[in-house]
Amino acid sequence: MLSKEEVLRIAKLARIELGEADVEKFQKNLSTVLEYVEALKTVDTSGLEEVSQVTGLINVQRDDRAVLAQNREEILGQAPEIKDGYFKVKAIL
Amino acid sequence: MEFLHLTELRKKLDNREVSSSELAKYFLARIKKLEPQLKAFVTVTEEAALKDAQEADEFINSPGENPFLCGIPYVSKDLFATRGIRTTASSKILDEYKPPFDATVTRKLKEQKSVLLGKTNLDEFAHGSSTETSAYGPSHNPWDTSRIPGGSSGGSAAAVAGGLSPWATATETGGSIRQPSSLCGVSGWKPTYGRVSRYGVIAMASSLDSPGAIAHSVEDLAHLAEAMAGQDEKDSTTGHVPVPQYSRNLTADIKGLKIGIPKEYFLDGMEEGVKQRVMEAVKELEKMGAKTVEVALPNTKYGSLVYAIVAPSEISSNLMRYDGIRYGHTVPAAADLLGVYEKSRAEGFGDEAKRRIMTGTYVLSAGYYDAYYKKAQKVRRLIVNEFAEAFKQVDLLVCPSSPNVAIKLGSAKDNPLFGYIADQLNIPGSLAGLPALSVPCGYARPADNDTPSMDGLPVGLQIIGPQWGEQQVFNAGFAYQQATDWHKQYPSLE
Repeated sequence: MLSKEEVLRIAKLARIELGEADVEKFQKNLSTVLEYVEALKTVDTSGLEEVSQVTGLINVQRDDRAVLAQNREEILGQAPEIKDGYFKVKAIL
Repeated sequence: MEFLHLTELRKKLDNREVSSSELAKYFLARIKKLEPQLKAFVTVTEEAALKDAQEADEFINSPGENPFLCGIPYVSKDLFATRGIRTTASSKILDEYKPPFDATVTRKLKEQKSVLLGKTNLDEFAHGSSTETSAYGPSHNPWDTSRIPGGSSGGSAAAVAGGLSPWATATETGGSIRQPSSLCGVSGWKPTYGRVSRYGVIAMASSLDSPGAIAHSVEDLAHLAEAMAGQDEKDSTTGHVPVPQYSRNLTADIKGLKIGIPKEYFLDGMEEGVKQRVMEAVKELEKMGAKTVEVALPNTKYGSLVYAIVAPSEISSNLMRYDGIRYGHTVPAAADLLGVYEKSRAEGFGDEAKRRIMTGTYVLSAGYYDAYYKKAQKVRRLIVNEFAEAFKQVDLLVCPSSPNVAIKLGSAKDNPLFGYIADQLNIPGSLAGLPALSVPCGYARPADNDTPSMDGLPVGLQIIGPQWGEQQVFNAGFAYQQATDWHKQYPSLE
């Protein structure tokens, strides 16, 4: 089973605050999933290439041209806090 | 009227037997009446629907040909961005989110003057197979409202099955169209990966996500595929393969069609009635001239395991964007920026989303990447190769869409493996990007035997084709529906 410290470390990386009861629950839940996938380790995959794009497309590109968004207000209107037409965040320094 | 096929609605609209406004009002009234039982919706867009219907009527009454979907009402899984209309992914973190843009699918449907009636419920961010992880509570199965409709597109399936909408958009990552279609007794199309644009469809696992549709017949689905499919500059993973005229090319002549029956898809623990109905459907296809042969897909058992790594990995990355800054739920009272992230996400996400985000974060973290993610993507190659080999021998594969009929609401709750097990017959095909259908093929008693539904509950027949092989999948489903009338049987809800 994953340790408390491991779950807290994962939660930190995932940017999710966990309460005491959560830690225990996710210790169990995550361990169940990790045990479930354990059998994959025994599969012989030597010489096999990973799947990264299943229909075989490679480097699809399009012209890099700027398009003017006509709905700046609509976009900013979704933010909990804006100031002078910018998204507002707390100071990080 | 509530169960008319799209092809029939098109005729009635073109012949002025009914107007789009009348249709919209009819279905909105039905939603009002049945929604308390089914809880299929997150949002009903009555006002916009009536306005759109009026515009469609004006278009129909002016000279010229009408696009196939013009004036026809539909509902959209609440994962498709609809400009100015609340789009929640059934998550509290997007509770008040109104997208400033349309998904490509939404845009295409608008261009045909479709009429959106509302947004349907799903498992939160499509993480689940029962709609029970929705922040707004579960939807109910119209055949027996004490049971799950399946998921994640459970609201869409329930809405179509209950006659609340002629069709619905839906999405698959690993079974989220086929399984609810099967459990609700409707026809569902899971497209080839990249056949339909993902642009504006809230992302779950980007290497798997496939937007598709649920309707009353395969013929309707063929029309919908024409409306929804195609390359999109805004989704670079859409295929550069032309979209055939699926509906015009439909044929029920399947003489000589080679159908593989994968023995690994008939599990030991599977409900006997499900197995029987599917084998009866196979006999029906044989009667029409199809040749069946048993095929072996021994790596099927690894499908859900691969998925349980690949999907959470991509989820953890995709869901990082919900940070409480640009849109969505926020906790401004935090002490610093990190605190805003951590608290907003802690409050905004439900348990299943958190589980998947954290599973993904773990298997992608330093030291584990090779052992989990890389390994899973290699086993995925085995599955892809195995299907490719099978399609050298056969044209299509046929099997059940779900190992069981609908289970009781609540029985899947808090099982972190439920989705992976429920979708074990759908996930391998998803990992290989294959197109598939689920079509109703009869009824079976549930294992608990406790249902007022006389004959039992709907069973779904799954038809899987090679990549871009939509046409032959549709043809087989169409042929089956010419010979049977399971797709024309409806639950009694009054």
